[in-house]
Amino acid sequence: MTTAFVAEAAAIHPQIGPEGANVRINDFNLWYGQKQALFDIALDIQRGLVTALIGPSGCGKSTLIRCLNRMNDLIDGIRIEGSMTLDGADIYGAGVDVIALRKRMGMVFQKPNPFPMSIYENVVYPLRVDGVRDRATLDATAERALKGAALWEEAKDRLKESALGLSGGQQQRLCIARAIASDPEVLLMDEPCSALDPIATSRIEELIDGLKGHYTIVIVTHNMQQAARVSDNTAFMYLGRLIEYGQTEAIFTTPKLERTQSYITGRFG
Amino acid sequence: MSASIEALETTATVRPRARVTALSALGEPFQWLLAGALALGMTMIVGFLLLILWNGATALWPKPIHVVTLADGTRIAGEPTRSEEFRPGVERLQVLDEAMRRRIRADGGYAWRTLYRTGNFDFYNDDFRWVTDYEVGALEAPLDLYFVERLEWGPFVGRIAGVDAAGEKLAIGDSRAVAAHRDARRRWQTIREIEQGEIGHVNARIERERLALRRVALDETEASPAYAQAKAKADARIAELQGEYRRLAEEAQRLKAEDERYKATLAEIGGKEKTVRLSEIVRYYPANAVGWIDRLGIYLSRWGEFLVDAPREANTEGGVWPAIFGTFAMTLLMVIVVAPFGVVTALYLREYAKQGRMVAIVRISVNNLAGVPSIVYGVFGLGFFAYTFGATIDQLFYPERLPSPTFGTGGLLWSSLTLALLTVPVVIVATEEALAAVPRSMREGSLACGASKWQTIKYIVLPRALPGIMTGLILAMARGAGEVAPLMLVGVVKLAPELPIDGVFPYLHLERSFMHLGFHIYDVGFQSRNSEAGKPMVFVTTLLLIAMIAGMNAAAIVIRNRLKRRFAGSQF
Repeated sequence: MTTAFVAEAAAIHPQIGPEGANVRINDFNLWYGQKQALFDIALDIQRGLVTALIGPSGCGKSTLIRCLNRMNDLIDGIRIEGSMTLDGADIYGAGVDVIALRKRMGMVFQKPNPFPMSIYENVVYPLRVDGVRDRATLDATAERALKGAALWEEAKDRLKESALGLSGGQQQRLCIARAIASDPEVLLMDEPCSALDPIATSRIEELIDGLKGHYTIVIVTHNMQQAARVSDNTAFMYLGRLIEYGQTEAIFTTPKLERTQSYITGRFG
Repeated sequence: MSASIEALETTATVRPRARVTALSALGEPFQWLLAGALALGMTMIVGFLLLILWNGATALWPKPIHVVTLADGTRIAGEPTRSEEFRPGVERLQVLDEAMRRRIRADGGYAWRTLYRTGNFDFYNDDFRWVTDYEVGALEAPLDLYFVERLEWGPFVGRIAGVDAAGEKLAIGDSRAVAAHRDARRRWQTIREIEQGEIGHVNARIERERLALRRVALDETEASPAYAQAKAKADARIAELQGEYRRLAEEAQRLKAEDERYKATLAEIGGKEKTVRLSEIVRYYPANAVGWIDRLGIYLSRWGEFLVDAPREANTEGGVWPAIFGTFAMTLLMVIVVAPFGVVTALYLREYAKQGRMVAIVRISVNNLAGVPSIVYGVFGLGFFAYTFGATIDQLFYPERLPSPTFGTGGLLWSSLTLALLTVPVVIVATEEALAAVPRSMREGSLACGASKWQTIKYIVLPRALPGIMTGLILAMARGAGEVAPLMLVGVVKLAPELPIDGVFPYLHLERSFMHLGFHIYDVGFQSRNSEAGKPMVFVTTLLLIAMIAGMNAAAIVIRNRLKRRFAGSQF
């Protein structure tokens, strides 16, 4: 059965070609110890668009997105094959400056994780670790990032207060502000709304819409409607394999594969 | 309404409550067992603290003096200390009359006896005396009996026959006698300052000149012109200092001669008399005539003396200030050493080291270190720090002082290092746990911002782990401050009037041996000539040690909670 859908999947993609690709993933395999988690992933992520990764739990979406900025380096016993490139440069090449790479790829996590500092210090943290001390630069960055994350109006009067006093939705927008403060090219979002209520979720979605065009956004989501609403392209993954990848509209209205159809309509997963 | 209540009642009565659950399945017996164990532990702790608190707080309270006239006509004056029931032996019963024997027999062979603090060690070679109640002829509390605390020979109990203030005979109640005593005490204080302070200072400077000269002799040779030059200079300086010494000694001599002219005559109840210098009397009061206010004043003045004075009379009298200072300085130094050492070790083990067999072995070793008897650390500290490390320091930096050791023997520094070694496992384990408790999401958030590993540790992990690290330090401090056994080997002594910090260059004397409250308790309680006399002191010192450790811990807890509040409200 497994081999059947692998063959199917191989026949379908990639439908989105390399032109305009910001991030390219070529035949990427990943093992946690003995267990293989990603199988031959090949994906071109378009510059300036929102790409959604969907699929049932445990299908490898988060693993894949965390490979992009090498967050998986922290985990022992991981082995990879294949390559990923950012603007043609190999992410896993020898001598890659991981810190510089992560500055080019901001990341927002599942649960809001503001640092126990003031709102201001949270936003300028990426600059602080770069050793920026110039007050004017920091202030300008904080304002730009908070405006970009649609948090400026709520936070401008309480920049010196602890970030832990913000609501969950505000905290997540603060994390987005922090991720865009270092002016990355790519924004990785690992289920950014899963811990939020519907109103906060819709604000984040609006925000993603606003950020589109400025950043290449990769978003992992469990929420079909969310993927349909915010993304331009959608990749459906299942059991560590990329099943179908195409324009969101096409995936949601006329999926090429039966399995994609079943997942999207909620028959499994 | 009433009908429904009735219906309820009927159902309640008609349905008998069958016991369906076995007792063992309820789990309640076990709950009682646990609660009982907790209650027992709490009772022991509270009881212990109350015992220390009561005995410590009342030890310095001035007690009345009773005069007991025994059946044979002997009169004994003293503070009743405690009473107890005892069983007199056969040979003691034989000498009693029949009525008394019958009374003791009626009590089941028991009689009561009371311990009197009689003082007057110089007359009777005894501080305390047991008096059995069948010996007692009469009991009275005369108002003219004084309790006199002296610099030597312990307390005196009896009458003050008169005061001789430079030839002028005064009664003790006279206000001029009170003034004479105050002046005498002040004079004595001045003499002590000259002898111990200024003369000590001059001696230290003479010694330094001598050592500097010897240093030149070691560096060059005694035949070199540099040595001759230095010697001429040193001799001149020493001659000058000796002149100063003579001047100070003369001054002290003059004051002493003056002091000799003020005397008091003490008459004890048995009729013996003794004349002492007025300055020898620390404090006197008519024990049965003082009111509550005066008693409170005496009580507070005794506490004051206890807290800020140096000990005297083989530590059983006077104060414990050097011990307080020594304990505090040692604990503080220990924390300063152990904090970075433990935290850095834990950071490496948890954050950087590759988790494998090697790290597991190191961890097990660290945990085992916490179980090594503390005296072993003392032996190690003496052998390694003092005799090896310290001796090398002496050879390199203090050759002129050899063969008398500077760092090559026990001292404050080596004691602190030994205790730091003893407590470092506690800090390592607590820090590792605190580091492990920092949420992964925090680290990932920081790393995703492009922070390096060290930046993540510095800005995110360490601040978050700080309250936990503080908890480890508090535990280490509590353990270190109360430790005595290893200190006896590496620097604590019975009497060290010179504090580790004073006005003599280089001000901080880490090589000096010091006093410690824990050792003080052992010394006073078990090494003094009369353990009964030291008993109140043991309780007061214990109370002080417990209070001091509690105080240091409370301070650390306040700091920790303040840190914690900064990170409060964090959701994950």
